Amino acid sequence: MKDIAIALTMGLGAIGPAIAIGILVASGLQAIGRNPEAASKIQTNMVLGIAFAEAVAIYALVVALILKFV
Amino acid sequence: MDALHISISAETLFHVGSFAVTNSMLTSMVVTVLILLLAFSTKANLKTQGKPSKFQSLMEVIIESLNSLIESIAGKGKKLAIFGPFIVSFFMFILLNNWIGLLPGVGTIGILEKESVAKVESTERTSTEKVEEVSTTETTQVETHIESSEKEEGHTKFVPLFRPATADLNTTLALALISMTMVQVFGIKFQKLSYFSKFINFSSPINFIVGILELVSEFAKIVSFSFRLFGNIFAGEVLLTVIMALVPVVVPMPFYGLEIFVGFIQSVVFSILSLVFFNMATIGHHEEHA
Repeated sequence: MKDIAIALTMGLGAIGPAIAIGILVASGLQAIGRNPEAASKIQTNMVLGIAFAEAVAIYALVVALILKFV
Repeated sequence: MDALHISISAETLFHVGSFAVTNSMLTSMVVTVLILLLAFSTKANLKTQGKPSKFQSLMEVIIESLNSLIESIAGKGKKLAIFGPFIVSFFMFILLNNWIGLLPGVGTIGILEKESVAKVESTERTSTEKVEEVSTTETTQVETHIESSEKEEGHTKFVPLFRPATADLNTTLALALISMTMVQVFGIKFQKLSYFSKFINFSSPINFIVGILELVSEFAKIVSFSFRLFGNIFAGEVLLTVIMALVPVVVPMPFYGLEIFVGFIQSVVFSILSLVFFNMATIGHHEEHA
């Protein structure tokens, strides 16, 4: 029963961030396509946004790890 | 998968008085000494004329790229000299701590400790009944009985000697606390006491609630900083341990590449986020809406 909880925590917790990162990178690439000169600025802000979105997936991962190992 | 030594909390190596020194503390001390060595040797061999050595060029690349990053976000002026040391220190400390977990020997060289404390208690309980009945001349026989059951029933635990400091929640929490405390310090330094009008604002009910939300979000940032860094690096450690327990040859290579990349990105993200928060604390609340 605990194994199902661990697997569901990580699995469901990764759906939201994955979609969020996809949307972020898509709009980042569009912005670079429109304005190739500002590519490095756009890239810096895009990586920042990706780190925020990925942090949510990491929260789910930490909960799964705590369930498994503690 | 027998006895994969994965533990979320860092294992203690020895005690100094009542203060437990863990293996992640030992690693972070090693990294600190390494950073100090790098800094002092760069300063001692500094060549301002002629061709600089490769080591000096490498250090210049790191410092210059971080400086240009700080200037692009915080603008030119005295902010670079004030924010610079913090950002570069965060970057170097977190980067070296993340990457030191990939060296062979970190996490694998360790001590085997006997874990027999729980077993001793149960044998003591059964033996105290016998001691009451038995006279004093026979207590030595009971003691040897306890010792032999300790050796039989105790099982050994592997305690690694080194563990990347950022794979320990204590270190990442400390870094997050330092970062957010410096945000408040810089806010007060640049804006004097009107910095607190960001949090406590009685001009209108909506601004009051926004102020409370800002206060809550300061604490949420501490949690998010520490868990982002801890989760990434600890999950990387677990991933490498599991993969190497399954297939130790050739297959871990792409995962090592991923870990190098993730270690670098996480240190960059921590530094850039700290820089952005430092900067937002120094710009006035009203200028943001301009």
